[in-house]
Amino acid sequence: MDLTYTAEEESFRARLRAWLSEVLPKLPPKPAAADWPGRRAYDTAWQRMLYDAGYAGLHWPADAGGRGATPTQHLIFLEETERAGAPYVGANFVGLLHAGPTVAAEGTAEQRARWLPPILRGEEIWCQGFSEPAAGSDLAALRTKAVRDGDFYVVSGSKLWTSHAEVADWCELLVRTNPGAPRHRGISWLAMPMDAPGITVRPLRTLAGSTEFAEVFLDEVRVPVANRVGAENDGWRVTMVTLSFERGTAFVGEVVACHRVLAALARTARGNGRWDDAVLRRRLGRLAAEFAALWRLTQWNVSAAQAGGGVPGVGGSVFKLRYSHARQELYDAAAEVLGAGALDADHEWVADRLSSLSYTIAAGTSQIQRNIVAERILGLPKGR
Amino acid sequence: MDFQLSEDQRALRTGVRELLAGRFPTERLRAAVAAYEAAGDGPVLDRGLWRELAGAGFFSLLLPEAAGGTGLGPQEAVLVMEEAGRALLPGPLVAGVLLAGAVDGAATGERIAGLCDATAAPVLWDHPADCDEVIVVGADAAHRYAAGELRTAAVRSVDPLTPLARLLDGPSGAPYAVDVGRLRRDAALLTAAQQLGGAVRALEAAVAYARQREQFGAPIGSFQAVKHLCAEMLVRVEVARSAVYAASVTGDPVEVAGAKLLADEAATGNARDCLQVHGGTGFTWEADVHLALKRAWLRAAAWQTVADGTETLAEALTDGHIVL
Ligand SMILES: Cc1cc2nc3c(=O)[nH]c(=O)nc-3n(C[C@H](O)[C@H](O)[C@H](O)COP(=O)(O)OP(=O)(O)OC[C@H]3O[C@@H](n4cnc5c(N)ncnc54)[C@H](O)[C@@H]3O)c2cc1C
Repeated sequence: MDLTYTAEEESFRARLRAWLSEVLPKLPPKPAAADWPGRRAYDTAWQRMLYDAGYAGLHWPADAGGRGATPTQHLIFLEETERAGAPYVGANFVGLLHAGPTVAAEGTAEQRARWLPPILRGEEIWCQGFSEPAAGSDLAALRTKAVRDGDFYVVSGSKLWTSHAEVADWCELLVRTNPGAPRHRGISWLAMPMDAPGITVRPLRTLAGSTEFAEVFLDEVRVPVANRVGAENDGWRVTMVTLSFERGTAFVGEVVACHRVLAALARTARGNGRWDDAVLRRRLGRLAAEFAALWRLTQWNVSAAQAGGGVPGVGGSVFKLRYSHARQELYDAAAEVLGAGALDADHEWVADRLSSLSYTIAAGTSQIQRNIVAERILGLPKGR
Repeated sequence: MDFQLSEDQRALRTGVRELLAGRFPTERLRAAVAAYEAAGDGPVLDRGLWRELAGAGFFSLLLPEAAGGTGLGPQEAVLVMEEAGRALLPGPLVAGVLLAGAVDGAATGERIAGLCDATAAPVLWDHPADCDEVIVVGADAAHRYAAGELRTAAVRSVDPLTPLARLLDGPSGAPYAVDVGRLRRDAALLTAAQQLGGAVRALEAAVAYARQREQFGAPIGSFQAVKHLCAEMLVRVEVARSAVYAASVTGDPVEVAGAKLLADEAATGNARDCLQVHGGTGFTWEADVHLALKRAWLRAAAWQTVADGTETLAEALTDGHIVL
């Protein structure tokens, strides 16, 4: 076991640091949280800067326009950008982490040439249209139907919780193309242009008051058959392939950030006297162990990916279960440090406390993750 | 960076696992429990087994090669202690590893060394009748004693594999020159490694039982309430494993403190959940479940309590000590 980085990895880090310190001061001011067009412009401008410097699609394979970086380099990239206070992936999330990798793995040469470069250059934003009103944890229950009409699919139905739908150019859409087939075998993956007629986006307010996601109504939207990635009715498998791109790096930046928040909580508690409360102090001490261990678990998973070429999605389930819970505990502790200040919704930690509540729900609830861990790692029998 | 076991380390772990499965199977575990119940205040350890462990290199893990050691280091010591914890192997193992160079005959298993934390209250000494020599570690100095030199009071140990006595004397023995901070750190790390192994054992036992025991016409492991307990047990193991292994690589005292804390949580939490999964059987003396829980409690109290560990970590948060 070796936790030191190689000379090559360190020089990658040094070059990145130098570049970050040069470009970050040139960033435009951060837009307000509710200013979606502003956020899109900001996120895509950052993506363009990454592209110009050769850091776009770091973890994508070289033949998809990526840099083919090792998992460890990707870890270093995420760690350093977080430390330097660089923007998050933001609106580029689905393009860079879901739709793009899916197209890279399963798309035709034409499809790759059409969709991948604009993602890397920060020109096009994607959203993910998977969940529906009656298909959440049970995604395979999705009903949005696509009926073939010549060179088009005519798509009708509705999608729910679609993040960034308001600003997206494309939607990676799961549709039912064969209602008669077994559930997992009648689904197809389509790239739907968000400006097609028949699409209505209705923003939903989150409990934090923001509009992070939306309901998307589809009324006879015509999507070219050429926009289907993978074979008809093979969309479930196509979608699952994307998971193999997860190399244990999903939460690198966030874990680094949580450690910084924790240190700030300790400083604040010292300043306002709450540090004298042994219960609170020890709670923060325990969280320090927790986040240090989550960082080591990240390095463990990344090293496994580097050695074996990919972390099975289930390793990610173990991490996500613990991390999503730890993040909520962190902000509950923050509330205790703040005292009555925790009722001020404009305080950064209070806003983060609210958003942390989605972590045990989004991208597979904790209950679903536990099912996955118990059945796929521990081999316990499937049940109800 | 390559935070994975090397080929050699994997082989070592497999080798130790096989060795312990052969020399300390469940029957010997139960025999050890019976020995304790029969012994009264007498010795309980199987000296033959102790010498076999020494012969396999258990107690020369941290000795330099020049002193007859294996030339291995803390990483390997942690892997061996994890397997010992998984087997619920009794005896002053931490003392065996850490005092191999200090106590004559300890490395070969001819004599048994003990280690005792004098900052705990009360001060408890494990395996008092088995030790030939003991080193008592205070806050910043250590003293050594021959067997029989210390006055003790009997304590009926909660762990039927670990006899205990309460020390009555203050520090009066010969000073033992040692870096006390380092010794404490290493003792905490090796104890944490055993806790990790104990947590793995409890997980494996729970999953095996959940697959086999049927109620309502189905294996209980098909019920989500049981399944989710098992999933959380695995999560505790993996988090503790990352922390313990990393601490063995860096040797950072704050990282060791965190590793001990999380390994204690994993060992005690998993043993309790294992008991719950076993139902009434888990509450019996006959099932091994209680042995893992009691050993976990014993180790959680050794070398770093929850209060000490969390205070150490809290302090590190404010003095800018950053692990990542
Ligand atoms: C902030 C946020 C952003 C999101 N962004 C997107 C997006 O961009 N695109 C997209 O497609 N989706 C998105 N989602 C949707 C997300 O994937 C779903 O919310 C999630 O999969 C859960 O589905 P659901 O909300 O329908 O809850 P349900 O599936 O209805 O679950 C309700 C409760 O029942 C439990 N439950 C359900 N099934 C089981 C079971 N088998 N065993 C035990 N418990 C069970 C769940 O754990 C949960 O506690 C987002 C969600 C959030 C919160």
